[in-house]
Amino acid sequence: MAMTATVGHSHADPHHVGLVIEHPGPAPKRIVTAYGFWIFLLSDIVMFSCFFAAYAVLSGQTAGGPKGSEIFEPRYVAIETVCLLLSSFTCGMASIAADVRNRFWFYLSMTATCMLGLIFLVLEFREFADLIARGYGPSRSAFLTAFFSLVGCHGLHVSAGVLWLLTMMAQVFAKGFRADILRRMLCFALFWHALDIIWVAVFSVVYLLGSGV
Amino acid sequence: MSDQAHARTDHDLAPGEEEQHSVGTRILGYVVGLVLALLLTATSFFIAGTDLVWQPSIPVALIVLAIAQMGVHLVFFLHITTGPDNTNNVLALAFGVLVVFLVIGGTVWIMANLNANMPPMDQIMRMQ
Repeated sequence: MAMTATVGHSHADPHHVGLVIEHPGPAPKRIVTAYGFWIFLLSDIVMFSCFFAAYAVLSGQTAGGPKGSEIFEPRYVAIETVCLLLSSFTCGMASIAADVRNRFWFYLSMTATCMLGLIFLVLEFREFADLIARGYGPSRSAFLTAFFSLVGCHGLHVSAGVLWLLTMMAQVFAKGFRADILRRMLCFALFWHALDIIWVAVFSVVYLLGSGV
Repeated sequence: MSDQAHARTDHDLAPGEEEQHSVGTRILGYVVGLVLALLLTATSFFIAGTDLVWQPSIPVALIVLAIAQMGVHLVFFLHITTGPDNTNNVLALAFGVLVVFLVIGGTVWIMANLNANMPPMDQIMRMQ
């Protein structure tokens, strides 16, 4: 036993820093699942960074079409931002309610999150429809292509998030707060908060920087 | 054999997971995050449309405010901390941030360089 312990020590602590972890074994499934989902989210953020890079390069290429400052409505963007922020907060409340297994607060917070997400989507859809109706669709200029693909990609993520949210409510309704349902809820909360982080970049770079330049 | 015998000395946290706190403390964390995020957002929108500050500083201020707000979201909503139970999550995040900076910085740099070295459009037309 002593022999194996020594071998274990030298393997676990090759540089003798004193922090020996005695083969803690596989992590709990909750950590493995959430960590894998975290890796996915980071790769999703890397994908978004490509859209941001394309927007940064193309934002001046208006081909005689409208510039950003002519088509952006800061008031609607502010409302959308507040909606997403509040929905991130209510999503956090839903996570807490799920952890303490309180169905009432869980459903209430998830419904609020869903409503705020839907308001966001409606506002964004109206903005897109209005732009296309004025002839400023994605095919008008390279700038508009980059704008529609970046903001539209975020909108698609929010739509997927709303669908996932409804699925989570249905699963809690049908199956209760089981361990696997709670794992999915943890991943959903991560997803929803990550969308909010991407939106911070979108409103800062696309709308606020874009309308100033 | 000895693996099972040892009590777990360290523990990890899943991304998005908090230390064991009371419900009140956890709600307070989200409230603080929400207030900070709203303040930063309001500042961003105010700065973007104001004449009060030196105009060329506005883009820099907007980028700094955006990064600060992302930090607030990471800490208060995603619960990514610098604690030893969060090392894996922070390292993954650091790698993600590295790739994001390489992609965006590299693209902007290369395209600006190409633009600067490109002959004006009328010269290209004459060459054809």
